[in-house]
Amino acid sequence: MIDVRNFNFFYGEHQVLHGINLEIPDRQVTALIGPSGCGKSTFLRSINRMNDIIPGTRGEGLIAINGENVYAPSVDVVSLRRRVGMVFQKSNPFPKSIYENVAYGLRIGGMTDKRRIDATVERSLRRAAIWDEVKDRLNSSALALSGGQQQRLCIARALAVDPDILLMDEPASALDPIATQKIEELVYELKSNYTIVIVTHNMQQAARVSDRTAFFMLGKLVEYDVTKTIFMTPKEKLTEDYITGRFG
Amino acid sequence: MRHFDREIEHLKQLLLRMGAMVEDAINESIRALLERDTDAAQRVLDSDNAIDQMELEIDQHTITLIAMMQPAAVDLRFVAAAMKITPELERVADLAVDVCERAIELNREPPLKPLLDIPRLARIAQDMVRQSLDAFVRRDAALAREVIARDDEVDLLTEQSFRELLTYMLEDSRNISRAIRLTFIGKYFERMADGATNICEMVVYLAEGKVIKHQHESD
Repeated sequence: MIDVRNFNFFYGEHQVLHGINLEIPDRQVTALIGPSGCGKSTFLRSINRMNDIIPGTRGEGLIAINGENVYAPSVDVVSLRRRVGMVFQKSNPFPKSIYENVAYGLRIGGMTDKRRIDATVERSLRRAAIWDEVKDRLNSSALALSGGQQQRLCIARALAVDPDILLMDEPASALDPIATQKIEELVYELKSNYTIVIVTHNMQQAARVSDRTAFFMLGKLVEYDVTKTIFMTPKEKLTEDYITGRFG
Repeated sequence: MRHFDREIEHLKQLLLRMGAMVEDAINESIRALLERDTDAAQRVLDSDNAIDQMELEIDQHTITLIAMMQPAAVDLRFVAAAMKITPELERVADLAVDVCERAIELNREPPLKPLLDIPRLARIAQDMVRQSLDAFVRRDAALAREVIARDDEVDLLTEQSFRELLTYMLEDSRNISRAIRLTFIGKYFERMADGATNICEMVVYLAEGKVIKHQHESD
């Protein structure tokens, strides 16, 4: 479980997240929605400390994964990011072969046995629902794949190092409807093994894929509930106005 | 299978389960009437709540499907058809309850006459309801149109049965209460057939996207 208590985040003097409190359950899909600039991506990137690479940022409060504060000084950020994988809006495969894209993280992590690497590459590609499309050309360049395939390859790459949590920042926004549907189906399949947090601008996508939805606005968490409730009977007027397209 | 297809399949299964319950209710109501079986009638009265609950469950499921899955094209027509078919089924079950209530009243008195038209009417109505559900499951517009065509036969039988019962009423005023109850029963079965017709109109809409309600197709 990801437990967030009174979490604030600052870009320099500018506070972009205000007192966020929520509990993200294991092996479910939690969607973060809200208008541009509402802080949802910043929040997502706070979970595996991706914001650390931006100078002048700082987080306050608690984000705990299975009881361990990710902002504690003792935390090894590299191992944190191995446990909390990330998939970005724009697919970013390395300019290497399909196989190497997935094997890379394993080698960095110290795996040397070729057979183990082969097996893990295959398992990861299968889990990302792309194995059948690439199994005969594992040594071809990843850059020759279509956008949707590249995105699934990036998901396979994230899965290879066996994370518990997968953060997805608008993973389908650059894809056509068919590729989007494949990613959505994949998210639905993956949740039986992974905890998934997904940022999306597409409210329908949040409704389709997620179990829980958090609605952010102006850096605050307005409402957080099971997705069905958010989309059928939201409690807050702001949420209702946003999801019915009355502003945003 | 897509996650969405599984949801649609689940909705279909719920509707079929409700359909089976409604068919049972019609069957028992016919038995209650023809075999003067008051226990059967009571069973139908007792089972009605389960059918009502089923309607609520399907309503909830269809609304959720629309909110979460934004169905389009044939999927949208399926969900819309499900929303319109469910209350028809519930109404048919209520009519079976009405038949049973009149049957219980009739069973307290000696039979007015041997029943001829009403059993035929009842069997046709029952058949139409069953076939309308088959047509829905198979998305079979041809079968749906066949069912709709049988509605004229039902109307004729209802009329015929009414005329005959009227003669009993004219003959002896002590027949009136039983004859009126039988007239009602004829009407209840005729309305069940109307329900089947409405379901079939939704099946044509589902299969072909064509609205045939309130218009003659030959026009």
